[in-house]
Amino acid sequence: MTDVSYQHQTQEGEASLGDYFALMKPRVMQLVVFTALVGLLAAPTGVHPVIGFASILFVAIGAGASGALNMWWDADIDGVMTRTAKRPVPAGKVTADEAKALGFALSGLSVMMLALSANLLAAALLAFTIFFYVVIYSMWLKRWTPQNIVIGGAAGAFPPVIGWVIATGAMSIEAWLMFALIFMWTPPHFWALALFMKEDYHNAGVPMLTVTHGRKSTRKHVLAYTVPLALLAVGTAFTSIGGPVYLAVAVVLNALFLKGAYDISHRDETQAEADGYAVEKAFFRLSLWYLFAHFGAILIEALLPAAWGIWA
Amino acid sequence: MSIRAEHEIHQRRKGRNIGVGLMLAGFVVLILALTFVKITSGDFEMPRIEEGQ
Repeated sequence: MTDVSYQHQTQEGEASLGDYFALMKPRVMQLVVFTALVGLLAAPTGVHPVIGFASILFVAIGAGASGALNMWWDADIDGVMTRTAKRPVPAGKVTADEAKALGFALSGLSVMMLALSANLLAAALLAFTIFFYVVIYSMWLKRWTPQNIVIGGAAGAFPPVIGWVIATGAMSIEAWLMFALIFMWTPPHFWALALFMKEDYHNAGVPMLTVTHGRKSTRKHVLAYTVPLALLAVGTAFTSIGGPVYLAVAVVLNALFLKGAYDISHRDETQAEADGYAVEKAFFRLSLWYLFAHFGAILIEALLPAAWGIWA
Repeated sequence: MSIRAEHEIHQRRKGRNIGVGLMLAGFVVLILALTFVKITSGDFEMPRIEEGQ
């Protein structure tokens, strides 16, 4: 007989470093780093590489902090949904209080350091982004309205604006175009996910559009948001951040995206279940490439003049 | 006889401590580099000391 009883409860402070890192939603951080970097490099003024690197790092830490705060607040519903049940808090690897402490500490650190490395406006935008994601989206909208990801999508759309402000110290129409691209992209991306995750959101009591308005309505919404997104994405080609490379990428991807959205809107649950939600899953995968390729093209357009300079 | 049990929890703690140590060292280097870049850039100005002080 042993005098040490086995405990199923989470032991505070005994998680591995990887568990704490997982709290910061590394996949979301990748997107934040990439879009913020594109915003920084697309800006007309440059910054010293060390300042640029440090500033993007602090933006990433800020994004990670908001991810940790989201996991603290949403631990109850994360445990119910199969997609999120393995996250560190519901899996019992990290306590909710540890996630909260890490989130608050890193939020303060990232905002303060961004103010020192870049400028006050960039730091204020980062602070607002964290506030928007944690308070407006996670605490308020997510469990209250089917418009949760429509409005909440703004939180994920701020990083390129922050990147732009790091370089220029001011905001401009081009920065807000990049914001609009992510903002308009978010609803069809998440609604496609909600369509094939089936009962996840329903079980957790999250009022996603699929739960409140039904799947048929969600399918129509995907198409309704994809049309203005496509117009915006192609129209951006004719601004100072666009160009021929961006136009080619935007035309091809938006044609595919519109086709996917049209297909989703013109089929029902019987057809979807018959092929295991193949169209919805393909649309979701395409949506990931869609955003990556559009920002990649903006980056190429920003770097091309420099490349021409080398060859000239 | 001394107790030398190397539990998995000790390895986890060790890995975490090394990780935190490396991150802190990286942070110090980053602050050093940032400071160097800021004070060697053209627009850096030392705070003016008011006359008479």
